Amino acid sequence: MTTVETATGTAKTMVLNMGPQHPSTHGVLRVLLELDGENVVTSVPDIGYLHTGIEKSCEDKTYSQAITLTDRMDYLNPLGNNLVYCLAVEKLLGLEPPKRAQYIRVMMVELQRISSHLVWLGTHAIDMGAMSVMLYCFREREEILKIFERFAGQRMMTSYIRIGGVALQPPAGWREMVKKFVDMMPARIDEYEALLTENPIWQGRLKGVGYLPAETLVALSTTGPGLRAAGVNYDNRKMFPYSSYEEFDFAVPTRTESDCFARYLVRVAEMRESIKIVRQAMDKITDDGLIKADAPGIIPPEREKMKTEMEALIYHFKIFTEGFSPPPGEAFVAVESPRGELGCFVASDGSPKPLRVHFRGPSFVNLQALPFMVQGQLIADVVASIGTIDIVLGEVDR
Amino acid sequence: MSELANANAKVVAERIRAWNAEAVAEIIEYRGEITIVVPKQLLRASARYCKEAPELNFNLLSDITCVDRFPIEPRFEMNYQLVSIARRERIRLRTALTGAIPVVDSLIPVWPGANWLEREVFDLFGITFEGHTDLRRILLPDAFVGAPLRRDFPTEGQR
Repeated sequence: MTTVETATGTAKTMVLNMGPQHPSTHGVLRVLLELDGENVVTSVPDIGYLHTGIEKSCEDKTYSQAITLTDRMDYLNPLGNNLVYCLAVEKLLGLEPPKRAQYIRVMMVELQRISSHLVWLGTHAIDMGAMSVMLYCFREREEILKIFERFAGQRMMTSYIRIGGVALQPPAGWREMVKKFVDMMPARIDEYEALLTENPIWQGRLKGVGYLPAETLVALSTTGPGLRAAGVNYDNRKMFPYSSYEEFDFAVPTRTESDCFARYLVRVAEMRESIKIVRQAMDKITDDGLIKADAPGIIPPEREKMKTEMEALIYHFKIFTEGFSPPPGEAFVAVESPRGELGCFVASDGSPKPLRVHFRGPSFVNLQALPFMVQGQLIADVVASIGTIDIVLGEVDR
Repeated sequence: MSELANANAKVVAERIRAWNAEAVAEIIEYRGEITIVVPKQLLRASARYCKEAPELNFNLLSDITCVDRFPIEPRFEMNYQLVSIARRERIRLRTALTGAIPVVDSLIPVWPGANWLEREVFDLFGITFEGHTDLRRILLPDAFVGAPLRRDFPTEGQR
């Protein structure tokens, strides 16, 4: 073994600083790698570059105001963040949104799941050297963002899901728009698979890379596609159904190889399942109906009522000046985000502002597994492993 | 949570009580969630029992978080969300810590995944985890002074 004499003694290994500006770290992740040649001896992730104190800021806002902050955590899954926060507050309040609103929520978060997986697939393919896939993925993602814009007026930070329901009635012509998308999408996924699944370079870069046994993944609290690629069938939509998921017919794709390639296959299969769920949700959403629960004092009244009813005007004033006060207590809700178990813990002390809001970000917890995945592997495999963990630094750092 | 799952969660509390009567200080039921309040000194043993007893089998530690109830004492409440994947069940363990001694046993020996979750609480609440292998700040810079998620820390920051 060649050694190098340094000022501090004989060194066999070197320390390489990867990130926080390295493009394959998907934002501002820094990993300190101790290398023996090109093999990783140890690795230490360093996070926090994007910490914005969202949990602290939530304590200074009313329950409704905090929704806009949740959009900005996992910026590839804003609707999922809205959903978990609203479900937690609704649980505190003992409020159940009307079925129609629940189906709209399901449709929106499943579209969001597809768009998130598309960004993942495109950027991961770039990391692995397949440039063109990203262009196709972002083309389809654009269609989803257009749907969001029609529904919510915003492409990304929609804040569409509100406490007690959703913000707006579905726009005119939404059915044709969504139908056009779900009819087009399966063939497009076939295209991505034609580019990648049988591609020998893609297989060579992913197969057998980043392996961890299922027991280790569970011990490290990993959830989401990473865990399902190891054969553990854990999906909150099936295990602890929320927002009427129990009424939908879909499969939870799993693999057993637990390597980067298995995680890729699981995500692609999940996109196909999400299309199925969107189709079912479209059938369930009636043309007319309620989108908000009937809870005066919590849900802002309709504009028309405010102009004719004194009571509605008072409630409107109260909600937007003071907010509403859930009874003291705590609630924890977990949903299945594209990255895994997204949890929200809300504690109320009976005042109009939350005592504590905590988000259990799947990116944050899943990233713990990185040093175990890359130990003894090559630097290039570190890139593949970071990619298939699918971190969003906005959620890691919050 | 359905009525049935709720009944199951109560069974869990009874099992823990049968294992060690002192381990269950209180059972809180709210909005269908069961919280088992555990004395601080029995936290790690109770957590290990929840994980390893085959009839409980809480193999996944989902989340660790803290609530600061300042100025009420004991001000800190540690909340541990456990999941049993095989039995499709969730439960919450809770233990109270005083402002004078914000120290609790680390759960890394039980679930290695507790590592970063505990570091986050250490970073933002200033709670020390005894037996933690790598207790450093995780989100904030090392030079930061204070624990920002404590209720007596102003939202706009300290000058």
